[in-house]
Amino acid sequence: MQPFLNALLLQAGYNATLVAVGAALLGFAAGSSGAFLFLRKRALVSDAVAHATLPGVGIAFILMVSLGGEGRSLIGLLLGSAVTAWIGLLLIEWITRRTRLAEDAAIGAVLGVFFGVGIVLLTIIQSMSAGRQAGLEGFLLGSTAGMLFQDAVVIAVGGSLAVLATWLMRRPMTLVAFDSEYAAAMGYDVRRIDLLMMGLVMAVTVIGLKLVGLILIVAMLIIPAVTARFWTERSNRVIWIAGAVGGASGYLGAAFSASAPALPTGPIIVLVAAGIFVLSLLFAPVRGVLAAVIRHRRFQARVHRRQGLLSLAAQHPIREAYTLRLLRRDGLVRADGVPTQTGRAQAAKIARDERRWDVAREVHQDVGLTGRYDGLTPIEDVFTADEIADFDRRLGPPAAVGGA
Amino acid sequence: MAAQDGRVTYPAVASVSDAPLTVRGVTVSYGEKPAVFSVDASFPAKAMSAIIGPNGAGKSTLLKASLGVIPRLSGEVHVFGQPIEQARDRIAYVPQRASVDWDFPTTVVDVVQMGLYRKIGLLRRLSGQMKAWALECLDRVGMADFADRQIGQLSGGQQQRVFLARALAQDADLYLLDEPFAGVDAATERAIIDVLELLKAGGKALVSVHHDLSTVREYFDHVFLINVRRIAEGPVETAFTTENLQATYGGRLAATHLDELSLARGV
Ligand SMILES: Nc1ncnc2c1ncn2[C@@H]1O[C@H](COP(=O)(O)OP(=O)(O)OP(=O)(O)O)[C@@H](O)[C@H]1O
Ligand SMILES: [Mg+2]
Repeated sequence: MQPFLNALLLQAGYNATLVAVGAALLGFAAGSSGAFLFLRKRALVSDAVAHATLPGVGIAFILMVSLGGEGRSLIGLLLGSAVTAWIGLLLIEWITRRTRLAEDAAIGAVLGVFFGVGIVLLTIIQSMSAGRQAGLEGFLLGSTAGMLFQDAVVIAVGGSLAVLATWLMRRPMTLVAFDSEYAAAMGYDVRRIDLLMMGLVMAVTVIGLKLVGLILIVAMLIIPAVTARFWTERSNRVIWIAGAVGGASGYLGAAFSASAPALPTGPIIVLVAAGIFVLSLLFAPVRGVLAAVIRHRRFQARVHRRQGLLSLAAQHPIREAYTLRLLRRDGLVRADGVPTQTGRAQAAKIARDERRWDVAREVHQDVGLTGRYDGLTPIEDVFTADEIADFDRRLGPPAAVGGA
Repeated sequence: MAAQDGRVTYPAVASVSDAPLTVRGVTVSYGEKPAVFSVDASFPAKAMSAIIGPNGAGKSTLLKASLGVIPRLSGEVHVFGQPIEQARDRIAYVPQRASVDWDFPTTVVDVVQMGLYRKIGLLRRLSGQMKAWALECLDRVGMADFADRQIGQLSGGQQQRVFLARALAQDADLYLLDEPFAGVDAATERAIIDVLELLKAGGKALVSVHHDLSTVREYFDHVFLINVRRIAEGPVETAFTTENLQATYGGRLAATHLDELSLARGV
């Protein structure tokens, strides 16, 4: 526990601190820019784009070595990865637009081919003498071992730019994600906006290569957004909640992995995000599973109670055990099924309300109001006391409900 | 049904180049078979125009291609005398069946505010005045009570009205509507037509795809008949005739039905 707390409080050493801050920033950038990926349903495209970074890393390394460099400059490797990722993205877009192939086929083809080429290049590099300690495999699943200050700076600068661009473009991107045809009719260039969105995602992928790796980065982009969806019905909030979830996962995940020697950072971050996702799925108010179950049960009880009272009013026998149990619990019927005093009074009230509704439908022209009849809404919520008094005048004196 | 008061009169020579919407030689094709072939059309100002034709005639295609939602193979489109790209802010569009993700995290009022996105641009915040305007547009289509619902939790007719409110929010000069009355009940149809009449009275031009031939005379001033090619166009009185309908629908409308429609003119 102590190591974990130390890591949480950034007391676990210089490297761990760099990693935690970097991971939090990366998580925020990935979460917020990934929100549009989720809203536009392009998660798999980003997976292909992430895999398409690998050949770029290899090519950049070979180029830098052949130019006499050491080949390990992070900026150089990331630039290389961005180039092939962009080519992969354009290729997917081109295949989908120009051929009859569906996007999923294009994604599969590009992902497989680019990743394959990348692995071949990595293998070749490992057999080169200069590549012995290149450590390029770290880009697959991420590695924090030799994280430098400048690596953290790359993440901080790139991540901030990505968040800024997301904020700036939130309206066009929302419009395109929700209703691209309308966006086009308004004069937005849908294709450009889509490319821009994927460009943002690609940028986050590239800066996240070192920390999380290309295989798991898609999880960092998507899980926070899916999690955020459980907490809100509004797209602009999805963006920032996703950012917060991503940032928290990055920070907590980095702290966890720093607290024990053999815990890989990238996968742990993803697992933390998944944990937050599961918690949200279960416990989020309104949209969570538990809330939905409770709401459904409450609603069911209301319906049964109401139906039971209507049966009492009409002096029909109540056959459903659940209904009877509810009425008995509320003291509306006795154990032998005979209505109590309160039960009779409430039944009379409800029967009268039903007849008031009938009158309301006849005399009221406003369908907006009479349309609110659903068998459950109390009539007092819809009409004023004066209106109800008017209905009563038309109804005549209340009839007593029998049952005694 | 008798013609409504306030029907526009046609000047002898309408200045075509300044018309709200002029389409010249537009051809659109999905694959090898043109859905719209070399169509010319001109829709008048301060009027309600109907685009009429059978299913698959290319009505929606013509609207979408005019707006640039789908590419044109040929032809040009002018809006108030300008190329359409320069007059975007003056057009509002209500699609036939909005192809949206109904589970999208957006509320009814958010959707209406989307109509304002071009106006506010990237940086500015939505002002209180604009929010009030969005609510007013919702109110005009009778959907103010639903402002905070998630968009998927509405019936089809209610969704249609929200998309109309989104177009109203744009405060455009030309409204392109693709079957605004499809799947709405009689009271709602009445409410929508009232909204449209009000726009017309405010000097706006409206172009609407319309299927119900029995209400054409009541609602519209101008008709454009299409079946892949242009069949006829002009004021309802002269262009909405049995012969033209026959030419548009072919043998698919019984002759007696057509006669009824064009006899019910009440002029
Ligand atoms: N996305 C598409 N891909 C291929 N063909 C299409 C597509 N959309 C429409 N079409 C074809 O183009 C033709 C015109 O379609 P359009 O939607 O414009 O008809 P419409 O006149 O609006 O019909 P409706 O009254 O049914 O709305 C039809 O034959 C249709 O099959
Ligand atoms: Mg259509």
